[in-house]
Amino acid sequence: MSTSTPLEPELDGLSEGLSTVRLPRAAVLLVAALAVAVSGGLALILGWGLVGTVVLAVVLFDIGLPLWSRLVEGGRYAADRLATCLVYSAFAAVLVPLVWLIWLVLKNGLGAIDGEFLTYSMRGVVGEGGGIYHALMGTLLVTLATAVISVPIGIFTAIYLVEYGKGNRLARWTTFLVDVMTGIPSIVAGLFALSLFVLIFGPAIRIGFAGSVALSLLMIPTVVRSTEEMLRLVPSDLREASYALGVPKWRTIAKIVLPTALGGIVTGVVLAVSRVIGETAPLLVVAGATDSVNMNLFNGRMMTLPVYIYQQYSSPGIAPPTGGDPPGYARAWGAALVLIVIVMLLNLVARVIGKIFAPPTERRR
Amino acid sequence: MAKSIDVSDLNIYYGDFLAVEGVNMTIRSKAVTAFIGPSGCGKSTFLRTLNRMHEVIPGARVEGKVVVSGQSLYDAAIDPVAVRRQIGMVFQRPNPFPTMSIYDNVLAGMRLNSKRLKKSDADAIVEKSLKGANLWNEVKDRLSKPGMGLSGGQQQRLCIARAIAVEPEVLLMDEPCSALDPISTSAIEDLIHELKSEYTIVIVTHNMQQAARVSDDTGFFNLKAAGQPGHLVEFNPTTKMFTNPDEESTEAYISGRFG
Ligand SMILES: Nc1ncnc2c1ncn2[C@@H]1O[C@H](COP(=O)(O)OP(=O)(O)OP(=O)(O)O)[C@@H](O)[C@H]1O
Ligand SMILES: [Mg+2]
Repeated sequence: MSTSTPLEPELDGLSEGLSTVRLPRAAVLLVAALAVAVSGGLALILGWGLVGTVVLAVVLFDIGLPLWSRLVEGGRYAADRLATCLVYSAFAAVLVPLVWLIWLVLKNGLGAIDGEFLTYSMRGVVGEGGGIYHALMGTLLVTLATAVISVPIGIFTAIYLVEYGKGNRLARWTTFLVDVMTGIPSIVAGLFALSLFVLIFGPAIRIGFAGSVALSLLMIPTVVRSTEEMLRLVPSDLREASYALGVPKWRTIAKIVLPTALGGIVTGVVLAVSRVIGETAPLLVVAGATDSVNMNLFNGRMMTLPVYIYQQYSSPGIAPPTGGDPPGYARAWGAALVLIVIVMLLNLVARVIGKIFAPPTERRR
Repeated sequence: MAKSIDVSDLNIYYGDFLAVEGVNMTIRSKAVTAFIGPSGCGKSTFLRTLNRMHEVIPGARVEGKVVVSGQSLYDAAIDPVAVRRQIGMVFQRPNPFPTMSIYDNVLAGMRLNSKRLKKSDADAIVEKSLKGANLWNEVKDRLSKPGMGLSGGQQQRLCIARAIAVEPEVLLMDEPCSALDPISTSAIEDLIHELKSEYTIVIVTHNMQQAARVSDDTGFFNLKAAGQPGHLVEFNPTTKMFTNPDEESTEAYISGRFG
């Protein structure tokens, strides 16, 4: 082919033309079927379980399709197929545990949930019955207080870092400390809050608000980080447009920068909330556990859903004489389901709010 | 109420980088002054020093004097916010506020400063400003739609309307017509002629005909060589500049013989 001059049309050398030979459309299905058949056959002979068979089938598919493509279509298409296969495999590998987890929680938890479960506490309950009302209220109150503490601190810190700090020493130190805070183990935050409150109120102190303080230590860095990212995304053109109209800096921040970034900030805050709402260790340490409803954050022990789950599972009570599991197991699964539903609702809310507040971007220059 | 601007020995820096060197000029009040020159020679940079927008960029600073109606702009006692209220600006790239409607964008100068306006006054300002920027007919039926939903040229005219709505005493325009069609361009030029009777106007343009058409004085900026700071080559009345310039390089640039 090197002998042909560039002007002469290429008649047989398709590989140098614009078109290439592609695998047939059904190739993907064919390879998939083959991979399943081979690994299924092997599994039958060697007596493997389901997991091993599926994994082998996926591996065979991921190797087989690119190989075939390499032989027929050439290197670039083979690389494309390989990358596509790997991306989809990785996606499935992530999705499987998630679906599995949700299915398991639904299967075990759905049966436990009824009117009584949602509206009764565990006060005086021995054996069957009882509910999560006290833990549900506790979780909502503690988390609300956490958000009330963390959101203003986090957002104002981020505003300082982006709008005023601009890489000075204080800003660099703040960023560093926020990063360190992100890595604090939650139990350490709990112990810190405990020792703080013990110092002030004496050794027997266990209150819901202490739990909020501990959770704030975990939530503030996430809020700072996400808000910071969002504020940095606001183009400096907008700030300049505002300054050029003679608008002072603080008004520019309050009326231009924050509204423009609001959707992202709200999403970040809600995700941070759903991150701390499932924390167990610090609450176990500082908020304690109780069987009865306590609506006062500042007085007495307060039950929360994660602690409730832990408690029910670690001391599930006595199994009924007729056989079956101890009643605590079902209650733990039910509470877990409620917790997951709350987190999912929060995520949904975050998406909706993000949509509502996001500035219209359909049209770009 | 229009103001003249005296610039003497102005050096403009971005951090350690000297972008523009040794500018001396007098911008007359109630006149149009145009800046021309090759890309990157510091026209925008110089323009931004005239309303203290330059210092918004981290590390940016100036040396020298800018005197507006007897007041030194870079005195410690001068409030940059007050300066920018009197010296408005239209940027090279259109930058409408994405969270605001067309209507609110025009009124942004008042709204953001929490100035109270009667509804009828607000409507009148919006209509007058949009008409001035030749945008009224295109948007009068969708004033409540987001400003980002406009085309690039429409966005630029919206920014012009926003700048003139606050009635600044000096208006700085950085290539206001670079994204506009000939009809809108001529409308903006008409607007400039109109505004000239009351305001001082400074305009940056790459369009020689435009500079010749609209301006009374013209300043030609150039770079001595790549990597060197930009400087003001010549500053003269526009008629002289385009017929009989003092400098040979001006003549070469205007007539398109570059180098
Ligand atoms: N934010 C900035 N930081 C550092 N250097 C800058 C910045 N903005 C501009 N410069 C530099 O300053 C010099 C002048 O830029 P300027 O934007 O003023 O040019 P200009 O004459 O307006 O060009 P154009 O006609 O392309 O708009 C250039 O060398 C540019 O690289
Ligand atoms: Mg420019």
